[in-house]
This record gives sequence, C-alpha cells and structure tokens, in this order.
Amino acid sequence: MSHDTNSATSVHGGGPARRSRSPFRQMITALLHDKLALIGIVMVSIFILAAVFSPLTAPQDPYDLSQLDILDGRLPPGSTSVNGMVYLIGTDDQGRDLLSAILYGLRTSILVGISSAAIALVIGASIGLVSAYAGGRLDSFLMRVVDIQLSFPAILIALIFLAILGQGVDKIILALIVTQWAYYARTIRGSALVERKRAYVDAARSMALPDRSILFRHILPNCLPPLIVVATMRVAYAIMLEATLSFLGIGLPVTEPSLGLLISNGFEYLLSGDYWISFFPGLVLLLLIVAINLIGDELRDILNPRREG
Amino acid sequence: MTTPILSISNLSTSFRVGGEWRNVVHDVSFDIGPKETVAVVGESGSGKSVTAMSIMRLLSPGNSRVTGRIDFEGKNLLDLPLEQMQSIRGNRIGMIFQEPMTSLNPVLRIGQQITEVLVHHRGMSQSQAEAEAVRLLEKVRIPSAKSRLNEYPMNFSGGMRQRVVIAIALACDPKLLIADEPTTALDVTIQAQILELIKTLQDEEGMSVLFITHDMGVVAEISDRTVVMYRGDAVETGTTQEIFAGAKHPYTRALLSAVPQLGSMTGLDRPLRFPQVDMASGELQPVKPTADTVKRDVGPILKVDKLVTRFDIKKGFLRSTIGRIHAVEGVSLELKQGETLSLVGESGCGKSTTGRSIIRLTDARSGTIEIDGKNVLSAGKSQLAGIRREAQMIFQDPFESLNPRIRIGDAIAEPIVTHGLAGVAEAKERVGELLERVGLSASMADRFPHEFSGGQRQRVCIARALALEPKLIIADESVSALDVSVKAQVINLMLDLQEKYGLGYLFISHDMAVVERISHRVAVMYLGEIVEIGPRQAVFENPQHDYTKRLMAAVPIADPSRRQTRRISNDEIKSPFRAANYAPPKRSYEQAGEGHFFQLA
Repeated sequence: MSHDTNSATSVHGGGPARRSRSPFRQMITALLHDKLALIGIVMVSIFILAAVFSPLTAPQDPYDLSQLDILDGRLPPGSTSVNGMVYLIGTDDQGRDLLSAILYGLRTSILVGISSAAIALVIGASIGLVSAYAGGRLDSFLMRVVDIQLSFPAILIALIFLAILGQGVDKIILALIVTQWAYYARTIRGSALVERKRAYVDAARSMALPDRSILFRHILPNCLPPLIVVATMRVAYAIMLEATLSFLGIGLPVTEPSLGLLISNGFEYLLSGDYWISFFPGLVLLLLIVAINLIGDELRDILNPRREG
Repeated sequence: MTTPILSISNLSTSFRVGGEWRNVVHDVSFDIGPKETVAVVGESGSGKSVTAMSIMRLLSPGNSRVTGRIDFEGKNLLDLPLEQMQSIRGNRIGMIFQEPMTSLNPVLRIGQQITEVLVHHRGMSQSQAEAEAVRLLEKVRIPSAKSRLNEYPMNFSGGMRQRVVIAIALACDPKLLIADEPTTALDVTIQAQILELIKTLQDEEGMSVLFITHDMGVVAEISDRTVVMYRGDAVETGTTQEIFAGAKHPYTRALLSAVPQLGSMTGLDRPLRFPQVDMASGELQPVKPTADTVKRDVGPILKVDKLVTRFDIKKGFLRSTIGRIHAVEGVSLELKQGETLSLVGESGCGKSTTGRSIIRLTDARSGTIEIDGKNVLSAGKSQLAGIRREAQMIFQDPFESLNPRIRIGDAIAEPIVTHGLAGVAEAKERVGELLERVGLSASMADRFPHEFSGGQRQRVCIARALALEPKLIIADESVSALDVSVKAQVINLMLDLQEKYGLGYLFISHDMAVVERISHRVAVMYLGEIVEIGPRQAVFENPQHDYTKRLMAAVPIADPSRRQTRRISNDEIKSPFRAANYAPPKRSYEQAGEGHFFQLA
C-alpha cells in the first residue's frame, strides 16, 4: 500500500511544480464571486475614484472664490447659473456647486476614515498581539486600559481631544486613532489567545524560533480574518464619527469641508424648504457607509471557518 | 439465516460539492439479523458513517441523494415520509455517536434529558418517566443512579456520559442500535467497559447492533459479521472469523497486516516494522528486520530525574490557590541514542506534560533534565535555543501543528535559516532532500498544508523536526490521529530514520499495541507517576504493577479466535487534582528483572 487512504487531494508523485494559491488570494476570489460584496466593492471603488480625482471630475472648484457667485446661492437642483453652468443637484448658501462640494468633501472624509483606521489597526493590533503573547501582568494592565477606553463613548473622547488640540485634518485623524485602537487590540487579543494555544505555535517554540518571528510570522497571519472584518466596519464608523464631529462644528475647519460639514451647512435651511443642501451630502454619506458595511458583512461570512463549504 | 431486521440493498449516496454530485457510497448491500452485531469497518473517507446516516436519513435532502432500498420492519425507509421516519428514529432504531462530550445538552440535567424522550415517545407521565429513567441508568451500570438524575453532563466523565447516551438510546426499546464510533474518544480501559456494556445489553434486550468503527481490534471483540468498506465500496463481507482468518480482498489484507496486535511481539527484543501488502497482487511483502540501533557505550541523550510539574488551580477574587493538578510527580527516566522509550498511559496521566516539560514548553516545578549532558531547566534563553535544536517534538494532530498560512517548504526552511545552519538558497535544497527522505517529493514544497492528507502532513512534520538534525525526538501521540494503514507507514518511516540517524525517541502514546511494536523500553504512567518501567519484553510479558495489568487486559485484540470473557473493573480514571496542602507520599520501587522496576503500592 504505497498511498495514503486519507481523504484530501491526491498529491503524490512528482509532476511540474505548481505554486498553489495562498489563503489571502482565495479570500479575494471568494469576495469577487459574492454578488453583494461585489456591489459594495464597485460602489466603494466609484466613491474612492471620484474622490481622488475630484479636481478632474468636479464641474467647479468649490474653494476657488473667483469661480463662485453669491447670486447663485441656494439654487434648487437643475438650475442654471448666471454664467450658464447647470447645477445638477443645486448649490449651497454661498453659491457653490453642491456636486463639486460633495466630491471634494468625500475626499476629506475617505482620507480621514481610511488613514485613521489603518494607523489605529497597526497600533491596536501590535498592542493586542503583545498582550496576548506576553500574558500575565502586562496583559492584565493593557486590557484594563482597553476596558477603560471602551467604557467611554468614542464621541466623548474625540470631543475632549479636539477641544485640547484644536481643529485640523491631522488632529481629527489623531483623535479617531485614540478612540479606535482599543477595538483592534481587543479583537486581535482574543484570536491571538486562541492561536497561541495551537500546536503549530508549540512547534515553532520547540524549534526555538525567535519570539518576534512567532508573533508576526506565525500568529499574526492567522489572526487576520476577524481583524479584516473589524477594520472594514471601523473605516465606516470613522467616517461617520468624523462627519458627526464636523457637523457639531469641532471637526474640520471650514476651509477643508467634509461631508459632515456640508450637512451641517444646510441644516439651518432645512426648515425653509431648501432640503438639497443637507440631503445630497447625507445621501452620499449613507451610500458610502452602506457599501463599506456590505463588504464587511460578506467578508465576515467568507472568513467564518464554520461557514458551510 | 432467519429474516433480517434490517436489509440494505444497493445503497448509494452522493453529495453535491460545488456544482457536482460526488458519489461517496456505492452499491452497498448487507443484512443485519435479529440479535446480531454487524460491524462496518473502514478508514476515514471510506463512507462508513455516511452509510449509517443514510439509514437514519439524517443527511440534509438539499445536497445529498440516497438511492437503493433499506428494509426495516417491512418498510423501505427511503420511501417513508419524514414524519414517519421521525417515529422510527429514536424509537425503533436508536443511535449513539462518537463524541460523548457534545451529544448531551450541557445545560439540561441528565434526568431531564432522559425523561424528555420517555414522555415524548412513550407517553409516560413525569413520575413514571423518572422511575423509568432510574431503571435505565441502572441498566447501563451507573452507580447510585437515583441521585445522579439531578446532575449536569459536566459532572460526568467521558465514559459515564457515553453510558447516559446509551441509556437514552435504549429508552424506547429499539430493535436496532446504530453505534457510530462510540468508543473512539474514550480511554482504553473505559472503551473496554463500554464494549462489555453494549454486549451485555444486547443479550438482555435482544436487539441488533450496527457498529461503525475504524478499529479492527474493536471489530474482533464485538462483531458477529463484518463489512469492510474502502472508498465507498463494501469490498468484503463475511463472518468476523472468516475475515480475520482468510481475507480475500487485498485492501482487507493490507488493513489487517497494519493492525498491531498485542502479544504478537512475544519473544522479540527489538522493534519490528509493519508488513506492507502489495495492493496489486495482495501479497504480503517480507518485513526487513530492524538493526540494533541502541548506543549502549555512550551516556544517555536524555536524563530526567525526579521531574515534578504541577498546575495551580486558582479561584476567587484574590486568586488564591485552592488545589493543584499534580500532572507529573517524581518522574525519572533515561534514554540512550538510538533507543525508543515509550510513555504509555491514559488521558490525564501526565505523559504529554512530561514530554512538554522536557523541552520546557511547559514549566516544570522541580527536578533536573539533561539533554545531551546539558541542563535544560537552568538554561538561559540562548542556551535553551541550542538545546531545543537537539530535541525536537512531533505533535499529535498534523492538521493543527502546521501553520495553515505558510507553505510547507518555508515552514521546513525557517528553522534551518533562523539557526544559521544554511543560507536561504542552500536551505531550499535541504528542504527538498528532507521531503524526499520522508517519502514525499521535493516539488511539494510550494504547497500549503491543507493540500495534504493527514499521513502526508505528519510526514511533513517529521521532515520539519529533522531539519535541525536533532538527536532526540519527542513524539507526542504522533500517530494516534492517523488511519491504521497510514499509521503503519509512518511508524515504518520512524524506524527507518532511527536506523539512519541513530535518533532517540521518547514515544508518548496511549496505544499499547503500537507501543509494543516500536519500543525498546516502556514506562507506564498513572496519575502523574511512573508505576512501571523496563525493557519492553519484560513489561509486556511479565507485567508487575496492577495498573499495567489492567491496561493490558483492556486492549482489544484484533483476533476473534482469541476473544475472551474478561473481568473488567468498572473503575473510572482518577483525577490528579489534589488539595493545596497535599504532600505526595514517598514512593519506593522494586526490581523485577534487569532494568525492570515497578512501584510498590
């Protein structure tokens, strides 16, 4: 009996070397084969592309005062300006083309959301990993810090931070990192604790591999699935939090308006019937958040080990 | 033969995988007579469990297809509407599963789980049902049954839980009991108890049993007739005597030759390879005898003296220690190069903890350990790295012990590069050599662990352990999770490697039959202590300690002609949990022969 009778693919015998697909590639393939996820990915891609290329796609530079005309203020969707330009979704109180303002605002929102989530992920994941691997006092200490952090509402922490630091894109990113790292730390610690007990980690230790390599080469990649899910959801949350802060007037300065600031600008005109100034930025924000969450939800299903094959 | 209770003809089952239908059971036919025990035996993936699930119609109709006939009490089960099937399931046909830990609901009391069935299926009142539940628990020999009705499953040991599961299966007086690997998850002494119980109950109740297992020893113990399955086909059917005496199909022969039989090594002092069967001709190939590998003239590669490992159990807000698990208690042993010392014992006896303590995966409390003359317990970080190079560990589960996200070539190369044994390019070459050494091909280095079968993965683990050119390998239940034929191949490989490199093996196992085959010396562990240690021949042919004798008596023997009625004690395995102020008694050992010691009670 020269062959194994266990199941799994028969791989005996030579044949040309075939480089098999890594788990990460498989995840991407699965994601692209999922209809809902694909819708989410397409929507997010459109938003990102439109935001990145806003100087090209926007009909008007909303911050170039020479292009604005105060007479165009608060025009409803579809109006034509004095100089013949059509405002597809109307203008705001200062006569800015709302579509252009949204495209530029999207740019700020996405930049703030993604960069704060990414930095918070790196910091949180490192802290969580070390905490799980070291265990003992250090672990207890770090996790109590996480507990304290999580027991305050994120918005409150961000408010305090911005009150101290003042306004600005860099400051709001910092505030968002401070409010979010704890989620990543808690998530990765949970999965790292499970992975640490698994035999492949024992195997790595018994081969006397350095701790650094065990942590980052062996444990970390196996903790990524839940982290990726949390990260997508957190990007959406960061964008929303930023919008909330800007809406409250303590987020970004008026010179770098984000979606939240645009919504806030139109707020005072809502009751007088000029709905579009708040409505369209709000709609874009909603669609963006829904699209990101769609990806996150489907990712969670794909990465769930108990999912039926 | 009288009319059968259950008659299966041309049963085929397919599953939908992706978009395709994959046939997993084809054209299986067999009968079960009244009061007869039929065993369906096969390795993983042979379709034996699927056959049982098809009979019970437990497969989800959406992605499975069952064809053929299953006649039971004059009805074709495959034609019955699901509601009627529901009244047969659990009522006329009882079923017990492999995992006693998960087949009981952990949040319901034992009593509730039994009375529920009685009230539901047999229309009893609550008080009648309770009385009946006590009777059932007494029937499955659970001591002080009445008082245990109000306990939760967590208060029962694995063997006791399996008894409860059997009691529930018996609740409705079934004509047929389907047992799917009911003893696989149990320790060998407990397995013997459950097998005895099933046999006794069968006599008392007059029911038929369909017994599904991978273990030829269990088959020989329990079944009247046997169906051998291989890749979805029933390749051979016959009385158990016939099959063991003169198997016709090459697969059956291969399977039987790979089954280690306790007592088959009598008179031999060296390990012995497993014979291999040529699958084409069905011929048994001659076994190459092993060379004498033990290096008696040099000092031991491993020396353990009075090793103690305990785990504190803490409770309460202040985390005060309320007791300790005395996992390893005063263990001393020595291992020479080229020698295999087996540590045997049942779950919780501390054999794995001993192995882990030796290379400091678990921290020992006291004692001394020397590997190649170097003290392990006092070693600093860099010294420890050096020591770990000389002593490698192979783990039980080949699915768990390889990182699923690292290509196996990288996994094997990693220690070589980290320890500076070779550069990246040279390491790659070594990986190829190592893979070929363990019977795989060098071109597989680019694959991920999930692309290999269990046996192949264990070979990868062995290749990785060999990467650092160790002198000592600690094999912690390394072949326990493998199918018999694969197990035989891996053991042959380990014996080859021992001859080639003069490796010392500390072979940790619960499987007495495998241990008999591969060891030079054996140590029997019980409750954290070595109760008997000596040359294999002496321990197996002349056991001294009571526990060793009990362990030997419990091992199922894969030979129906040697079936015997045995006195099996109903003892449970004791726990090594002790109160915080417990002081272990002083132990003394007596010598029974050269190098053969046993503990005095």
